[in-house]
Amino acid sequence: MTGAQIAAAVIPRRSSRSAAADRGFRFLMLGAVGAAFVGLAAIVYDFASDGLPVISWDFVTSFPSRVIPESAGIRSAILGTVYLMLICAFLVVPLGVATAVYLEEYADRRRWWNRLIEVNIQNLAAVPSVVYGILGLAFIVRGPLGMGPVLLAGAITLALLVLPVVIIVAREAIRAVPSSIREGSLALGATQWQTVWKQVLPGSIAGIATGVILALSRAIGETAPLLVVGAGVSLRFDPDGLGSSFTALPIQIFAWTQDPNREFVARAAGAIVVLMALLLVMNSIAIWLRNRYEQKW
Amino acid sequence: MRTQHASEPVVETPAPAPSPVADAIFDVRDVAVFYGPHKAVADITLRLRRNEITALIGPSGCGKSTFIRCLNRMNDLIPSARVDGKVVYHDQDLYARDVDPVQVRKRIGMVFQKPNPFPKSIYDNIAFGPRVMGMKGDMDEIVERALRRGALWDEVKDRLKTNAFGMSGGQQQRLCIARALAIEPDVLLMDEPCSALDPISTGRIEDLMMELKQDYSIVIVTHNMQQAARVSDMTAFFTVELHDEGKFRTGAVVEYGETDKIFTNPDDKRTEDYVTGKFG
Amino acid sequence: MAEPRLAAASGAQGARVDLTRAPSARSRFEGGIRIALFLAAGLSVLTTLAIVGSLLVETVRFLGTVSVGDFLFGTKWSPTFAGEQQSFGVLPLLWGTMYLSLIALAVAVPLGLLSAIYLSEYARPGVRRIVKPVLELLAGVPTIVFGYFALTFFTPEVLRDALHIEVGVFNGLAAGIIMGLLVLPTIASVAEDAMTSVPASLREGAFGLGASKLQVSLRVVFPAALSGIVAALILGASRAIGETVLILVAGGQTPNLGLDPRESFQSMAAFIAAQARGDIPVGSVEYLTIFAVGFTLFVLTLVLNFASIRLVNRFRQVYE
Repeated sequence: MTGAQIAAAVIPRRSSRSAAADRGFRFLMLGAVGAAFVGLAAIVYDFASDGLPVISWDFVTSFPSRVIPESAGIRSAILGTVYLMLICAFLVVPLGVATAVYLEEYADRRRWWNRLIEVNIQNLAAVPSVVYGILGLAFIVRGPLGMGPVLLAGAITLALLVLPVVIIVAREAIRAVPSSIREGSLALGATQWQTVWKQVLPGSIAGIATGVILALSRAIGETAPLLVVGAGVSLRFDPDGLGSSFTALPIQIFAWTQDPNREFVARAAGAIVVLMALLLVMNSIAIWLRNRYEQKW
Repeated sequence: MRTQHASEPVVETPAPAPSPVADAIFDVRDVAVFYGPHKAVADITLRLRRNEITALIGPSGCGKSTFIRCLNRMNDLIPSARVDGKVVYHDQDLYARDVDPVQVRKRIGMVFQKPNPFPKSIYDNIAFGPRVMGMKGDMDEIVERALRRGALWDEVKDRLKTNAFGMSGGQQQRLCIARALAIEPDVLLMDEPCSALDPISTGRIEDLMMELKQDYSIVIVTHNMQQAARVSDMTAFFTVELHDEGKFRTGAVVEYGETDKIFTNPDDKRTEDYVTGKFG
Repeated sequence: MAEPRLAAASGAQGARVDLTRAPSARSRFEGGIRIALFLAAGLSVLTTLAIVGSLLVETVRFLGTVSVGDFLFGTKWSPTFAGEQQSFGVLPLLWGTMYLSLIALAVAVPLGLLSAIYLSEYARPGVRRIVKPVLELLAGVPTIVFGYFALTFFTPEVLRDALHIEVGVFNGLAAGIIMGLLVLPTIASVAEDAMTSVPASLREGAFGLGASKLQVSLRVVFPAALSGIVAALILGASRAIGETVLILVAGGQTPNLGLDPRESFQSMAAFIAAQARGDIPVGSVEYLTIFAVGFTLFVLTLVLNFASIRLVNRFRQVYE
């Protein structure tokens, strides 16, 4: 007998039952992954096919109309989204990075109040976005700050929403800086803040920037908190300052989607295309930043 | 089980002994280190001499690194660590209440086991310390002086602005030495500086150490007995003691004296066993 | 301030060196930095206090008008109706939230876990490089887009035309299923992380005993990663429960305590958004419903979040 025949006699062949189970399971898994693909494709097809024909320079630069779909544009919505994002970034970056620096570099983890802060941030990250809208409504639009449903109120609400995300991301970036760098700096007689400012933050800036951009891209896709805070719909003016009424792309999409007139629904699709394009650009920048500037230790 | 106190170094001078401090750069008195309730290093008393190289040798885990980090307050970085005893340096106890660790570290430099250059240019690595302490003078000169002292100038003078990460391991460690010297300390602590390096780089650093001891006092932790025998003037032999049926390990100094004596005719049998290779 | 330079070793005999912590501008600065950073970190605590505070206070005020029993156990939710018709039983909203989340999880859990197992145990690197980004893309799509899709495509084209199911324009089925698609990437990525963290040595040990890939995946890796997988499921559930716009757009605004998914449903979050858009006087009981329902939602997600932390700690297998 040949070696192969001996081996075949001694080593049991995999039973056909287990082979079938293997095949069946593979089929299920590929089906699951396929479902995700199909779902994404269907979504993109849906808004792209309805929305792309609607896109034009006029669409992007004119104000929305409540009456005539053909002349309705997203100018106020785009401006609102961009302003919200910028103000939100301005608020969230210093606060988020400062909190992350405190937790990673200064906080003594044995103290209960520092553990409380950590747990608290984890919880805040899990709170539904609509609850942040309620917070904004109760404290910023009405209540103590009482500034009304204005641009700044919307931006602050979004900032509070993404703050936990920025903190978590910044902490990871800071933690990636090896402790040997900190030790080396301190051993040279640098103070703790000098070490943070001149070694730790420069070494983690790429990770922080990437994370901030991703957090902001999440913020500008949010509808619920802005709805609750009182964003306007179909505004026919550019936002003029922090105290101005405002709208945003998701809000405009929300309004047009529910319009009985199919033409307006098509406009919603067009606005979705613009929003998705904006998100694509932001994510690409984040990925490019990470690939180009990430510190390899 | 009580630890044996380190034997005092024998000072052989015909003239009447100068004031005790003059000879010693560190007067270590009953220093013990605790991590939480656990005593990691038992009471150590010895005098580390000026302008000499003192080697701390012994098997792994017997507190050599923990002890050397006491000399520049680096144990402060560990929240649960506590240091008892005194380390007297230039008439001041480093662990006195009002002493600023940052000031301490400007005078007592440290080089670590794994070279840890900053992800910056060679120039900026060297310049970091002087800039941070506001050192007066022309930065270019300061950098050149430090690199010359670190025996690295000729190799890198044409590429000062390139990233330090591009250097070889041995070069990086010499960079770290030059970086520590740039702020003009008078002591250099070295925690196993050559253990991550190849033999040739090790040799170059040992040569460098011999040059440096004219101007600096050096304390070096090393696993390499031959290295200790080669470069050091004084040697302290550490061992680990087990307490509570082996649950707790405490480091302690068994013997401290002139290197020649430690390696040829030590007083303690444990020292003899270690240096003759019977264990460790 | 010039540092006192020490003379080189040859000279100074016991020169006194000033190492003391002088109250310099620098040390005050360092102390100030520490306080500033602590205050920044404290802001997050302040946020939580503000959320809890506003929700709690207004809910208490709400319960001054509506009794707890009526609220928690009432079966009719019609706060905007007048007079006799006005009712504040939150059960339909609670049910709507749970029911739609259940439908979503019924879709997302099997698909998500299967995808996770595939990515972690089976997929070749080339395939991973395509599948992971697709999942990440799906995760990045704003929920309003999902809502648009459900309303304008899924309900008319898929449910009505293709599957011939008689659904209303707003229906729970579309909202639930599409929400499943929304939650799928979350479950998939967290579960996949949990599974790839299982040490290779465990797999190798099982393979060495002659187990098939299927057996290793399901009987070794999956149980070992269970704590992370459970966390993934709870995270997915939490997202579904808090989802607002998708349900608002596709599920309708009719509170419904029934079981027929072809009808319109309203969730707690969707109600809050809808109510806040309306023109209601501040302080009125209709206004206060926002907070009462918000508080209920908040407590629910908080409980889920704590449960996930607890479960993760309880089932964690230690490898080191």
